[in-house]
Amino acid sequence: MKLTELSRRVEAQVEAVLDLAPNDAIARRLRELGFVAGERVEVVATGPFGAEPLLVQIGFTRFALRRSEAARVQLREAPAP
Amino acid sequence: MSTASQTLRLALVGNPNCGKTALFNLLTGSRQKVANYAGVTVERKEGRLHTPGGRQFALLDLPGAYSLQAASLDEAVTRDVCRGFYPGEPAPDLLVCVVDATNLRLHLRFALEVRALGKPMVVALNMMDAARRRGIGIDLQALQRELGVPVVETVAVRRDGGKALLAQLDAMADHLHPPAPRDADDPHSDMHVELHAETRRLLALAVTMPTRTARVDDALDRWLLHPVVGLLTLAVVMFLIFQAVYAWAGPLMDGIEAGTGWLGDALGARMPEGPLKSLMVDGIIAGLGGVIIFLPQILILFAFILVLEESGYLPRAAFLLDRMMAAAGLSGRSFIPLLSSFACAIPGIMATRSIQDPRDRLATIMVAPLMTCSARLPVYALLIGAFVPDEKIGIFNQQGLVLFGLYAAAIVSALMVSWVMKKWRRDKSEHALMLELPSYRIPHPRDVLIGLWERGMIFLKRVGGIILALTILLWFLLTFPGAPPDAVGPAIDYSFAGRIGHAMTAVFAPLGFNWQICIALIPGLAAREVAVSSLATIYALSAADDDAAIQALTPVISDGWSLATALSLLVWFIYAPMCISTLATIKRETNSWKQMGFAAFYLFGLAYIASLVTYQVAVALGAG
Repeated sequence: MKLTELSRRVEAQVEAVLDLAPNDAIARRLRELGFVAGERVEVVATGPFGAEPLLVQIGFTRFALRRSEAARVQLREAPAP
Repeated sequence: MSTASQTLRLALVGNPNCGKTALFNLLTGSRQKVANYAGVTVERKEGRLHTPGGRQFALLDLPGAYSLQAASLDEAVTRDVCRGFYPGEPAPDLLVCVVDATNLRLHLRFALEVRALGKPMVVALNMMDAARRRGIGIDLQALQRELGVPVVETVAVRRDGGKALLAQLDAMADHLHPPAPRDADDPHSDMHVELHAETRRLLALAVTMPTRTARVDDALDRWLLHPVVGLLTLAVVMFLIFQAVYAWAGPLMDGIEAGTGWLGDALGARMPEGPLKSLMVDGIIAGLGGVIIFLPQILILFAFILVLEESGYLPRAAFLLDRMMAAAGLSGRSFIPLLSSFACAIPGIMATRSIQDPRDRLATIMVAPLMTCSARLPVYALLIGAFVPDEKIGIFNQQGLVLFGLYAAAIVSALMVSWVMKKWRRDKSEHALMLELPSYRIPHPRDVLIGLWERGMIFLKRVGGIILALTILLWFLLTFPGAPPDAVGPAIDYSFAGRIGHAMTAVFAPLGFNWQICIALIPGLAAREVAVSSLATIYALSAADDDAAIQALTPVISDGWSLATALSLLVWFIYAPMCISTLATIKRETNSWKQMGFAAFYLFGLAYIASLVTYQVAVALGAG
């Protein structure tokens, strides 16, 4: 499952961030921001137009991610413990 | 090893939103110097800091960075200065890595990355007050032991909040040494995995956290990011800001106008008649006065923006508007620069530095001059007052409707221009948002005041020199050669400017501009509103200030000009880059004559075409 498919206010765990292109700078930055395996993640809110961007809670921080950015984040299927 | 007599160089590094600049303000007070790093438009802030132990340090506030694997110009500067590679920038002797105690998962990771540089460093655990309020427990000793570098608590918003850091600096200044190297410190491809694993280990060891987020943030975000309530709130906030900018600035602007008028009179009375007096009074004082008059509006606008920025609301506004602005080829981050441009495009263009993506930044710079800046208002007031009846259509005042239409036309045009530029480039590459929404905070008055002072000074310095040079040039064109003794028309008619104006009618006649308008456009290049007082001069009317000029001009132009001409001139002022300071700012901020040339070319082109169409259509409809 991708982060974009996660329902709002449901907690999940990050599996990996996938590179969409070789040397994907956006994917690298997402990992640096804390999107790494095992991290708990949650979609807190969505923007008013076309449900974009997503407001994503990762670690103790909230980031606004466009859907194309969030689609790089692969989630673990099992719900978070 | 350094001695106390030498000034050691400290650099503050940290994530964005770690409270680094607030700490910098606390430590250095008003002893700050703001400039740019050599060759780039990244702000460089340096200050001096005195410790209780009598030492003096030079303190550099590096741009905020999420990682030393730089993804933006700001981050590249931070990386290179930290490593001591930045040309012309001596390597710092000691790095002070600022981390937000409430956001350690993200910030400790960066601290570990900085630590891997192997430079002497201190970790400043900032916002400890907020951390305590949220019940976050941090074992300082454990953190210090595991990191292998000194860790001190700081509270940037409290007067004595830097005490522990200053004491630490005194204690370590004489024997700086880098942290002991570790295997994990070599940069390699799996570095981010290891950095995160290490961060997690440190958190488990030294930090207890009852909740992941602050309850206040959850509650505020629920409403402020709500699709309906959030947008309504944003609209109300913007409305209040505009009200304040125009209502509160009025008396101050009148005061400045009276002040420069008095200064001109006083100086004029003491100087002998002649070109030098004319240069001082009509050229320099009047010209600089014409720019300084916008300072109250700019400062009020910036005060609001700074408060919103410090409080954490601005990224929320960007969140709400990103989708809409992205559709037009901009980004949510473009919102603030464009909002600022409604007061004046110059601070607006300077504010685009907060947009990291180069394409989004350029697009924002290009459309910022289209926002209806306050210098257009005197021109709009004159033309609307003379040509639009003060009557109501339904509940709306016709004059108000036209003014609203001019604002709306500007915004729609800006969106269209940025959309066309996006299509033109056929840019399919992805431009990231990835915007952090930090915790809400109550802004500290000191940080707002220092920010206001800095921006005010930048505006005055940037604009002052250009305006001074230009007003002298324009004064020359307007004054020489003087009128012959038997002249019948106004003196300006005989000057170089007058001749240029007459020549310009060849180009501008299809737009319905007469020679008087053409001449007024020349001094109007210094600042748009000068066109009004120039028209008064050309029509040989004596007027003390803009208001009086509008009063005196209204009957003259409503008799002398056709409605088509007035409409055409209104449309001209929506688009034309009649402000050399703005063009100069574009040149500085893009570091490119080509970009500035493109902006001037497209804006003049758009103005010409739009005015041409307006005039010709109006004439065809019988308004000529």
